[in-house]
Amino acid sequence: MSLDTILASGASIAAIFSALMVVWQRSAVISALFLVLNLGSVAILFLTLGGEFLAAVQVLVYAGAIMVLFLFVIMLLNPAPLKERFASGPVVTGLTFALGVLFFASLMRGVMSLAGAGGTMASVGESYGSTRSVGELLFTAYLYPFELAGVLLLVAMVGAVVLARRQAPGED
Amino acid sequence: MPLVSYISLSAVLFVIGVMGVLLKRNVLTIFMSIELMLNAVNVALAAFARHHGGLDGQIFVFFVMAVAAAEAAVGLAIFIAIFRLKQTTDVTEINLMRW
Repeated sequence: MSLDTILASGASIAAIFSALMVVWQRSAVISALFLVLNLGSVAILFLTLGGEFLAAVQVLVYAGAIMVLFLFVIMLLNPAPLKERFASGPVVTGLTFALGVLFFASLMRGVMSLAGAGGTMASVGESYGSTRSVGELLFTAYLYPFELAGVLLLVAMVGAVVLARRQAPGED
Repeated sequence: MPLVSYISLSAVLFVIGVMGVLLKRNVLTIFMSIELMLNAVNVALAAFARHHGGLDGQIFVFFVMAVAAAEAAVGLAIFIAIFRLKQTTDVTEINLMRW
């Protein structure tokens, strides 16, 4: 087994375990910390797929910015851990699990058809996924979507400030 | 790892995220499950990009991350506004718009 395979397998196991823990835990803070572990393992998976730039962005944006925002809000709201693990009673929860298994089976049916169709990785050069090559593509072929993403982030920032702002007394 | 393993992993993570949205009652955990699903899709996109030897899939992952960041900021602001009104993060309590 190559180092890549070992790394990818380990990261996969960590990703699945932490994803299960995010859903299983009652406390939102512990869920958030397991989500950080999940995002970190996905970053390692990106590395094994040749996406070094993506892995860096994943850690910076997701684990760095989004999760800090999450933990901030959790600490601000300070919700008590819920007594029940799931929202509904055992019957509805069981039915939901059955639905999930069905959904997973139908997804895997599509995935397995990939295995027959030659699911091998293309051989790529040294510069695949580097900041330079991703940046060149981002600022040429995908320039307009990139600018749109910038506008979207600006709108979201303004929207978040307006929504979360406490209304001053005497102001409509 | 071959392509099928990556896509299978993506499917597993996505289903876990779906189950989180369906089963949990804490707003914040539901939101984290949505992030799980977005990440699962990112893994699939990056794997297919590697499979085809192109970088367009990685650009898509980049845009998904940008949208996820915007969504997280607005969504969490909405939760703060709701919490101010109802003093709860339990979705079963937030039923003002229920028919």
